[in-house]
Amino acid sequence: MTETRFDRLADARPMIECREVQKHYGDYHALRGIDLTIRAGEFFSLLGPSGCGKTTLLRTIAGFEDISSGAVLIDGKDMERVPANRRPTNMVFQSYAIFPHLSVAENVGFGLRRDPRSRVEKAAAVEEALEMVGLKGYGTRASHALSGGQRQRVALARALILKPKVLLLDEPLSALDRKMREQMQVELIKLQRQVGITFVLVTHDQEEALVMSDRIAVMFEGQIAQLDGPEALYARPTSRRVANFIGVMNFLPARVLGETGGAVQIEAPGLGRVDIPMANVSRADPGDLGPTVGFRPEAVSLVASGAQGANRVTEGVVDEVVYYGDMTYYDVRLDGSAGFDGQARPVRIAMRNVFGREVQDVGTRANVSWSPGSLVLFR
Amino acid sequence: MASGNRSQTAQGLTLIAPPLGYAVLVLAAPLLTILAYSFFKDGYLTVIREFTLENYRAVWADPIFHRIMLRSLVVAALVTLATVVLAFPVAYFLSFAVSPQKKAMWLFLITIPFWTSYLIRVFLWKVILGYNGVINSGLKTLGIIEQPLTFILYNVNSMVITLAHAYAPFAILPIFIALEKIDRSLLEAGRDLGESRAMTFWRVTLPLAMPGVVAAALIVFIPTIGDYVTPALIGGGKIPMIANMIQAQMLDLDNRPMGSALAVTAMLIVAVISLVFIALNRRFLRVRQ
Repeated sequence: MTETRFDRLADARPMIECREVQKHYGDYHALRGIDLTIRAGEFFSLLGPSGCGKTTLLRTIAGFEDISSGAVLIDGKDMERVPANRRPTNMVFQSYAIFPHLSVAENVGFGLRRDPRSRVEKAAAVEEALEMVGLKGYGTRASHALSGGQRQRVALARALILKPKVLLLDEPLSALDRKMREQMQVELIKLQRQVGITFVLVTHDQEEALVMSDRIAVMFEGQIAQLDGPEALYARPTSRRVANFIGVMNFLPARVLGETGGAVQIEAPGLGRVDIPMANVSRADPGDLGPTVGFRPEAVSLVASGAQGANRVTEGVVDEVVYYGDMTYYDVRLDGSAGFDGQARPVRIAMRNVFGREVQDVGTRANVSWSPGSLVLFR
Repeated sequence: MASGNRSQTAQGLTLIAPPLGYAVLVLAAPLLTILAYSFFKDGYLTVIREFTLENYRAVWADPIFHRIMLRSLVVAALVTLATVVLAFPVAYFLSFAVSPQKKAMWLFLITIPFWTSYLIRVFLWKVILGYNGVINSGLKTLGIIEQPLTFILYNVNSMVITLAHAYAPFAILPIFIALEKIDRSLLEAGRDLGESRAMTFWRVTLPLAMPGVVAAALIVFIPTIGDYVTPALIGGGKIPMIANMIQAQMLDLDNRPMGSALAVTAMLIVAVISLVFIALNRRFLRVRQ
């Protein structure tokens, strides 16, 4: 549950630097001091709910929006007053923005007008780009006859053929159906590794960000709430808000008992006394009533009996069962979870339905196994 | 399913029946009458119902018809060119520069010329362009000219100015609609792919606005060719267009078969030119991309 993935870009040079970027639209403060460094060759995601400023930030990098103050640097060069057409970036638009009056090949070759290569060489480059995105032989098709997935591939080829330093993707998968979206996620990762270009993806889909990114910036209300790799973001969210936005997290009220060198000792209803390592201690959000302890549904499991290793076991009663085929979700009321205020708080537990494991019924008593290391404290 | 379709078709026919009936009555019936007349013989003050192609032969052999038809076409072409060229920037401004809340007001302002009768507007142009009109007396007072400018009254120029003004809203609206329909992200894509604003306009905006431009050109070209009032008033009756010629045959000379043959011929010529224009435009668009 700690940093497991090899950080392949730890030494990469910075490709995009945002320094204290502010953006006002009249009275509306869209970007509130963005400080951000995106590394060369990175697959970087800007993740957040709609209206958080992620698209605005992407558009300021592309040059479609002026910033009110601060600076945006691309590959070390200040982009102030550099128009969109002179920036080393290309964009895949949310609507794909395929030119309806042009064929597929003409769309892909649109940006090659001033390319000094001959007509034949350009045509070959277009064909190569189409092949890269799996649309070999589609050049003569009319662009309006394409499906959503094909339009997206054309948009990708059209941008990548120009070999930009940065490819900007504005919610590129949101218009696709689930199957297509999952397929494109994998293809995009492969494509990014293949071309080695820095990708900056804007998305509101946390799963998409986790699947594809080297690092993710979670944004709320024009600010970056947390910037981390997918594993760290998921396992150790630094605020309840981030934790809630990325997947599901159980929250229980907690009482801080004391602090030892490397850990904070707390007491939580149902869990008893637990030492939480300093690395898993985050700040509470403004408005929280007191300290909260959180854990993911898949960080706990139902076991036959007894504690194993460092895991601890709490008994409880199954309150609700939601069967999903591959997974079953249980809401379990832990014994003693009524806690400090007498309010019962069932916790959600996710169990993979492996062969031979029976689905529990509502009302049965269950042993819940959990590891203290998987808890996160917000105080 | 089939019966459902049939009842739907029936419903559709019922819905369009009243306007269709009206159109047949006031459009098709007179047209057919004119067509029939054009093949009849003229027996001074009456029409002899005998088939003949003599009228068409006379029309095509008539050098006056050639001159007047050519003049009509030239005037209509000039008016169309002037109108579309002037309307495009207005439509562009409306679509791209005016904020969405104010577009309705701007469209309303553009229709203001329609509040006065066309006849009155033509007269006003006469007042503006005339020998002692606003322009000439203004320039004389300022000492810029001694003799009134003659190239702006009772000639083709003055007709083009008047007609271009009269048809401007008809050209602005279709171009405006075509521009409104352009997805703005396409323009950003053009910029993103390395083109300047001007080149993006040339490679994206203009081709996508062409359907509106073609519609505007036809909407202006077709009625101006048949315009009757402007040549009569602004042209001082000295430079008749085809409509004036038809009127003269029909009413002044009471030669309805000849007038009808003129009308049908003019209609055919306009139809052919319009079709050629549309075809050329398709060709032009394909080749240019």
